[in-house]
Amino acid sequence: MRHRLDIQIGPVAFRIGSAWKAPLDALGRLYAAYPAPADGICDFTVRLEPEKPWRRIFRPSVAIRGDYVLPDAAPMALAHGLLAAEMGMNLQMALGQKSWLLLHASTVEKGGRAMIMTGESGAGKSTLAALLGERGWRLMGDEFALLDMDSGQLLPFPRAISLKNGAIRVMEAKVDAARFGPRLEGTPKGEIRHMRPNDDSLARMGEGAMPALILFPRFGEAEAIRPVGAAESFMRFTQASTNYVNLGRRGFESLNRLIDACPALAIDYPDTESALALVDDFWGALAA
Amino acid sequence: MRGARLLVRALRDPDGVGDCDWAGLISAARAEQLMGSLAFRMEEQAVPARVAATFEAARRDAAQTRTQALWEAEMARRALAPLGVPVILMKGTAFHAANLDACVGRSVGDLDVMVPRRRLDEVEAALLRAGWEHVKDAQGYDDDYYRRWMHELPPLIHRTRDRMIDVHHTILPLTARPRPDAEALIAASIALENGLRILSPADIVIHASAHLFADGDLAGGLRNLWDIDRLLREFDSPEFRRTLLERARLHQLAPHVARALRLSNRLYATPIDRIFAGRFTLADRLFEARLLARNGWGQERRKALRFAFYLRSHWLRMPPLMLARHLWIKARR
Amino acid sequence: MAGPLYTTDPSGAIHALALDGLSVLFHAPSGMTHIVASPAPEILAALRQGPADATELLRRLGAHFDVEGDEAEGAIHARLDELEAAGLVSRAA
Repeated sequence: MRHRLDIQIGPVAFRIGSAWKAPLDALGRLYAAYPAPADGICDFTVRLEPEKPWRRIFRPSVAIRGDYVLPDAAPMALAHGLLAAEMGMNLQMALGQKSWLLLHASTVEKGGRAMIMTGESGAGKSTLAALLGERGWRLMGDEFALLDMDSGQLLPFPRAISLKNGAIRVMEAKVDAARFGPRLEGTPKGEIRHMRPNDDSLARMGEGAMPALILFPRFGEAEAIRPVGAAESFMRFTQASTNYVNLGRRGFESLNRLIDACPALAIDYPDTESALALVDDFWGALAA
Repeated sequence: MRGARLLVRALRDPDGVGDCDWAGLISAARAEQLMGSLAFRMEEQAVPARVAATFEAARRDAAQTRTQALWEAEMARRALAPLGVPVILMKGTAFHAANLDACVGRSVGDLDVMVPRRRLDEVEAALLRAGWEHVKDAQGYDDDYYRRWMHELPPLIHRTRDRMIDVHHTILPLTARPRPDAEALIAASIALENGLRILSPADIVIHASAHLFADGDLAGGLRNLWDIDRLLREFDSPEFRRTLLERARLHQLAPHVARALRLSNRLYATPIDRIFAGRFTLADRLFEARLLARNGWGQERRKALRFAFYLRSHWLRMPPLMLARHLWIKARR
Repeated sequence: MAGPLYTTDPSGAIHALALDGLSVLFHAPSGMTHIVASPAPEILAALRQGPADATELLRRLGAHFDVEGDEAEGAIHARLDELEAAGLVSRAA
C-alpha cells in the first residue's frame, strides 16, 4: 500500500493503508492529537483500495477492506475517503473485536463513574454524548462502549464523532473549529462532519470507569422518564452488541453484573436541553 | 519475510519467529482463516504485550467457535436421528468432534456432513422440518446445477441460529474426473460416542487433499494444507501409509494426495512417504506460489496466477462444453 | 395422548438469572442465551428429575403449580416444541 497511518484510540491500535494520499491526510489532521501506537504494532488493519485497478485514477472508487470485511459493501467516492477510513475502523471493531463486550452505545464519565447510553441509530445518543462532553463530562466514546469482562469497567474508545445534518450546526456553535474534519456532502447518510473529542478526553483515553447509570434515550418525543426492568435491559443490550453471541459465559456474566449494578432509565426528550436537564437531575440523585 | 511466507514460517517453527512484522503476520493469519491455529502455536512464545493480548483473544474465540460447531452437529444429529441414516461429519467440525490435533484453533464456517445419496431427499425433508431453510439465492439455474451435478444439496441455513449446513453425498462433484467411491467412504467411517460418524483416518486425509486441489481455486489453501499437516503427523505409521496409498488409488485420487504430501512437506516440513509422494515438480511450484500469494497487508497478489487457478477449478468441476454454457448463463444474469 | 419422551441437560449446563418475572438462561453446550417466561423454567426443572412425556410433565408441574383445564395440555405441547427448537430440550433416545 502506498500510504500508511497508524492510530491509537483507547486500547485499540489501527494500521490504515490507502492507495490515495488524501484520505490519510484528512484522517491524520483529524487525529493529530491522538497518540501513535507504540512499537508500530497494531490490533487491526484497514485498507482503502480501488474497487478495480483502474478506479485508482479514473472516477476513483474506494473499497473498504482490511482484516474484516463486509462482502457486499458498496465502494465510496474518493471525496468521502475520510468517511471510508472511519467506517473501516468501525467494521474492524464490530466484526473483529472479541477482547471486550462491545456495545453500540455512548459513554460519558463524571466523578469517576460512567453513564452508558444506548438506543437505535438516530435516537440521538451521539449528539447527547458530544454535548455532555462540552458540559463538564468526559466523553469516553460516542459509538462503541467497551466493557471489560474481568473488571466490569467501561473503557474509553474516543474516536472522532460522526455528526450528521442538524447536529453539525449545533456543535459548530459550541466547539473550536480546529476540532472538526471537513464537511462531507452527499454521503449515504446525508451531510456528515467529524468532530474530535476535547483534549481532556484524549489525554485520559487510557482511563476506564465503573458504570453507574444506564440510559435508553429517545429523541423527538414529549418529555418522559420510566425505569427499565432488568430483563428488558438485558435483551436490549444483547441486541445492541455485535459480539455478545460469541463471548459465551463470560459475556453473559459480565452483562448481568452491569445491569445488576446500575439503575436503567428510558428517557424521551423533545430537545437536547431537556435531555441534559433530565440527566443532570438523575445523576445528582445518584451521587447523593 | 512477510505475509503468507511469514505465516507459514510461524506455524511451522513458532520459536524461530523472533521479532517480525506482527501486524502483517496477524493480517495474513486472519485472511487465511488461520488466526486460531497461529495463536495456539505461538502460545509459549515471548511476544510483545499487544500481540499476546491479540493471541489470547483469538484462543478464546477459537473455544467459542468449537462450542458452536459442535452444537450445530448436535442439532443436526437430533433432526436426523429418527431416520437411522449414517451421518458423517466432515472438515473442521469432524476434527473438533473427534478431538483430532487438527482441531486446535481450527475455525469452522458451515457444518459439512455426508449421507448416502439415496437418502438425500429424506435428509433434506427432515432438516427442513427442524428449522433449516433454503438459502434464497440458490434458485433457478443454480439450484438445478447443484442438484444434478454437484456433490451436495443446495446450502441450507437455520432460520433462528443463522448457521449453514452443507449436505454432501460424495466428496467431489459428479462431473469431476476422479470418481471417489462414496459407499467405501461410508463403509469405512467410524462412529463417535453420540452416534455421529467421521471418515476413516486415510479417507479424512484423502478428502482434505481432494478438497484442496480438485474442488476449488486454492483459496483458503494454506489452512487446508495445515489441516493435512496436522492430520498426517497424528496418523503417521507404516500401516497408515500403506492404507493411505491403497485408499487413494481406490478413490482415484492418488495424484492429488501425492501433491498434497509434497506441498505439505514443502511448506510445513511434514514427514511424508517419499515414495508415494514423488519429486517436487514444476507444477508444484505454481501451486506453492498460488498458496503464498498474500502480502504483508493481507492483500492477495499475483492476479493472473489466481485467475488461472479460478478457471482451473471450474474446468475440473465440469467438462468444457458445460463450462462454457455455465459461464455464459452466469454472465447473462 | 402422551407422545415422545423429552429430556434436558443436567443442571450444571444451564445458568439462570431471574430478572423481573423473566428467566435469562445461558446454555453452555450451545453458548447461546435465551430469554424465557414461565412455564419454560419450570418445565426444565421438572425434566431434570428424569425424562418424561407431556402427560407426566403435567403431573410433575401440577404437584407445585396450578395447571388445569384443557388448555394446559395444548400449552405444554407448544412450550415443548419451542424449547426443542431452541435446543434446550430434546427427545430421549
